[in-house]
Amino acid sequence: MSEPVLTIKDLRVSYQTPKGKVRAVDGVSFSLMPSERFGLVGESGSGKTTTALALLRLIKPPGVIESGEVHLAGKNLLSLSEEQMRRVRLAELSMIPQGAMNSLNPVATVNNQIIDGLRDHGVNSPKHVLNERIADLLKRVGLEPSVADMYPHELSGGMKQRVTIAIAISMGPKVIVADEPTSALDVVIQMQVMETLIGLQEELGASLVMIGHDMGLMAQVVSRIGVMYAGKLVEVGTVRDILLSPLHPYTQLLVESLPSMESKLTRTRRPRGIPGITPSLLDLPAGCAFRPRCPKAIEQCSTITPPLEKVRADQWTACHLYGETEKQDGIPAKA
Amino acid sequence: MIQDTAAPVARSRRFANHVGRLMKLYPLLFIGFALLLTVILVGVIGSRFMDPDLSRAGSTPLDIAPSREYLLGTDSMGRDVLAVMLRGTPLTLQVGFMAATIGMGIGIVLGFVGGFYGGIVDTVFKGLADILITIPALLILVVVAVSLTGPVSINVQALVIASVSWMLPTRTIRAQVLTMRERAYVSVAELSGANRFEIIFLEILPNLLPYLAASFAATVAIAILTTVGMDALGLGPQNVPTLGNTVYWALFYSAPLRGLYWWWAPPIITLGVVFIGLYLITAGLDKIANPRLRSHG
Amino acid sequence: MTTSYVLKRLGVFLLVMWGAATFSFFLPRIADVNPIEERMAQLASRGAVSVGNTEAMIKNFEKRFGLDKPLAEQYVRYLWNTARFDFGFSIAFFPTSVGSIIREALPWTIVLLTVVTFMNFTIGVLLGAVLAWPRAPAFVKVVAPPFMGLSAIPYYLIGIGLIYLFAFSWQIFPISGGYNIGSTPQWSSAFLWDAVRHSILPAASIVLSGIGFWAIGMRGMMTMTMGEDYMLLAESKGLKGWRLFIWYGMRNAMLPQITALALSLGHIVSGAILVEVVFSYPGIGGMLVQAIRNFDFTLLYGIVYLTILGIAIATLILDLTYPRLDPRITYAKG
Repeated sequence: MSEPVLTIKDLRVSYQTPKGKVRAVDGVSFSLMPSERFGLVGESGSGKTTTALALLRLIKPPGVIESGEVHLAGKNLLSLSEEQMRRVRLAELSMIPQGAMNSLNPVATVNNQIIDGLRDHGVNSPKHVLNERIADLLKRVGLEPSVADMYPHELSGGMKQRVTIAIAISMGPKVIVADEPTSALDVVIQMQVMETLIGLQEELGASLVMIGHDMGLMAQVVSRIGVMYAGKLVEVGTVRDILLSPLHPYTQLLVESLPSMESKLTRTRRPRGIPGITPSLLDLPAGCAFRPRCPKAIEQCSTITPPLEKVRADQWTACHLYGETEKQDGIPAKA
Repeated sequence: MIQDTAAPVARSRRFANHVGRLMKLYPLLFIGFALLLTVILVGVIGSRFMDPDLSRAGSTPLDIAPSREYLLGTDSMGRDVLAVMLRGTPLTLQVGFMAATIGMGIGIVLGFVGGFYGGIVDTVFKGLADILITIPALLILVVVAVSLTGPVSINVQALVIASVSWMLPTRTIRAQVLTMRERAYVSVAELSGANRFEIIFLEILPNLLPYLAASFAATVAIAILTTVGMDALGLGPQNVPTLGNTVYWALFYSAPLRGLYWWWAPPIITLGVVFIGLYLITAGLDKIANPRLRSHG
Repeated sequence: MTTSYVLKRLGVFLLVMWGAATFSFFLPRIADVNPIEERMAQLASRGAVSVGNTEAMIKNFEKRFGLDKPLAEQYVRYLWNTARFDFGFSIAFFPTSVGSIIREALPWTIVLLTVVTFMNFTIGVLLGAVLAWPRAPAFVKVVAPPFMGLSAIPYYLIGIGLIYLFAFSWQIFPISGGYNIGSTPQWSSAFLWDAVRHSILPAASIVLSGIGFWAIGMRGMMTMTMGEDYMLLAESKGLKGWRLFIWYGMRNAMLPQITALALSLGHIVSGAILVEVVFSYPGIGGMLVQAIRNFDFTLLYGIVYLTILGIAIATLILDLTYPRLDPRITYAKG
């Protein structure tokens, strides 16, 4: 068994708001094997994007990373100096942003936006070598070399997102964090861009953390899924386990709400949502945050917050329903 | 019975709490209001205890430094500077507020009509505002004032300044109305059959109040700036001791070079307090209207 | 850059200048003030001319200014002369032409204000950008508020304070004027040094008030820019701080500031009327005030025309160069 490339331990991120402190990420732990694809799923406000930003230490005030560890290839990123962290970004850990529409500098050419990243990580090749390297990068993400001299407003949404992928792989990182990389694109282009991204990730041997809210799309892409609810991971497992035998009632409802192939054909059952509303992080219920919406809540749910524990070989959940089975805590990793 | 008396107390306490929280959130806004109110109150209350005749030329000995008898001294025209200030400050503020109110009124009408109805009307209003705003207001005023025959009164001056104060509000209000139109609740109101005036007054206007207030504070500042500039150039109303006229005469008699600091300093300090107060109010209201401006610092 | 865009833009420029000339031709006629009579009355009241002679002099003036011709002919002649920058004779300094008065005053104003405007812009924009930068050194937050406060106060009022402190109390700088009274303007180092010394206080009063103006605008734009998605991606690229600050932050936040810079350069001619008055500076602003006091309409309209010309040229240059700064703006839309 090889060593995980990325390990996150008990990560906590909070925001200071006028109405009080809000913990957007509350004790998240998981790990990632080399070249593994891991999906982080949850409703908006569940803390998945905050987790992604925290990995790169890009949380802005009034947000702050309170505690935790992020180990990338032996380094604890949270204890690095600002300058050391800067060197890690792009070179070892890169990001594909959520809003490709406005993610590129509107007044700089694609060429310059790629070169800037290379130069600040010690690439001092002469101009023509760099140009060749950029042409190659663009080719790998499926773009013409002429795109290099274009400005962002001259590109379509899909092209822009391909450029951000080119930037993300430009230094050959160990881990790529992709925050809903295709949510702004239409469905056909979504799949094409996703295929490009996965092809490149496999080619590079990089690991991928994919953030998303669409369980169906996620299941087609990643091998393991972590489900987030109100800042906490409530279940981690392989795609197969999560889809076929989900443990946490929230995951069960999420999976049930997916339109199945059968229902698509017969239209007998409308996909239904999860009753109740997402709780406000300012005013979380005591005990399990999902209890007010949970159809299977038991007494201790309203007093004790269930920890994330291993229930089956490859499957972890934070739920009191599995209290009697033998449990094991630690960091959920691929077996 | 007890409840009857308790309710207003509770309500006023709640109001006080609300004000306290706003003060915490927007401290600069409140400092701004405090500065402006201080100037206004000193003018209003102070002038009650002051003999207005002392602000007439020749009513005092010349060039006396501040003393017990003349708290702010006297100038080279034989006027008590304190009396001049107490009369002049409200006059200058009055011109500024009058001009800004009229200018703002024009701006609201043109901005709303242009922004809401669009078309040729909008093009004309916008074009006019765009062109006129590039020409320095003081220059327009110079040409107008020189071309006017006869002395200018305070009210005429306010009107003249209003005629160059409507462009900025027109532009900002029009832009805001345009973005408001796109918002969902306006479309919903339109779909539900509300007529256009209802939409303007019930849906758009209330949402623009912070913008309008910020725009008004800025317009008042510009109007006061303009009236003082006109006065200091000698183009203002004659024989009225406005702050700008005081600056004009102080310069005319070379007060700064003769060490008569008690003459030129009071109008400048008063204007400084007024301008900074209005600036803080504008900036504070802008922050309320546009949360994106709130910096994370 | 397409030729048709340039031609169209030039057309707008000529249209504006024609409008300005027409305005300054008709306004005094609408306003029902006869500049010559006004001037004569003024002279007579000072006892400069006897009332009996006034009539004859008015005739003479009207002839020399061409006021006896039909309106249409006057108008065409006026346009033609204006286009050649021939604004006729000054009414107050009669045999002197408006053109030569302006030629003498203009360099003083242009040099002072161009230097000062660029200084304001550079310092203010940098200060504003740094203020919105989360990693800015702490002292900036202490330095900034006084400038913000001063920016609310008109610069000529600051100028009066500066005169009192530096020219009257401490006598470090000359009190007023553009150069020492005994000397004549010439290209000698002694004279230039003298002129620089005289310009320091007027410049300082504009800079003290101006920096805050630019800083406030820039801070607002920079704060908005910091919230843009592309700043987040740029930071995730591990860019060096200065590159992030200059080429991703400032480069974008500055675009509206550059528009404002062009406009304020266009306003140079009339930009500091009252500062020039306060310091008796020999520039256009001082001339304008003299023209107002003397009812010198020809000089007044000459200066007004020049001001509008300055603004029109500035916006023309801005429109022709802006698409180079912001690739999203295309010439086609002009």
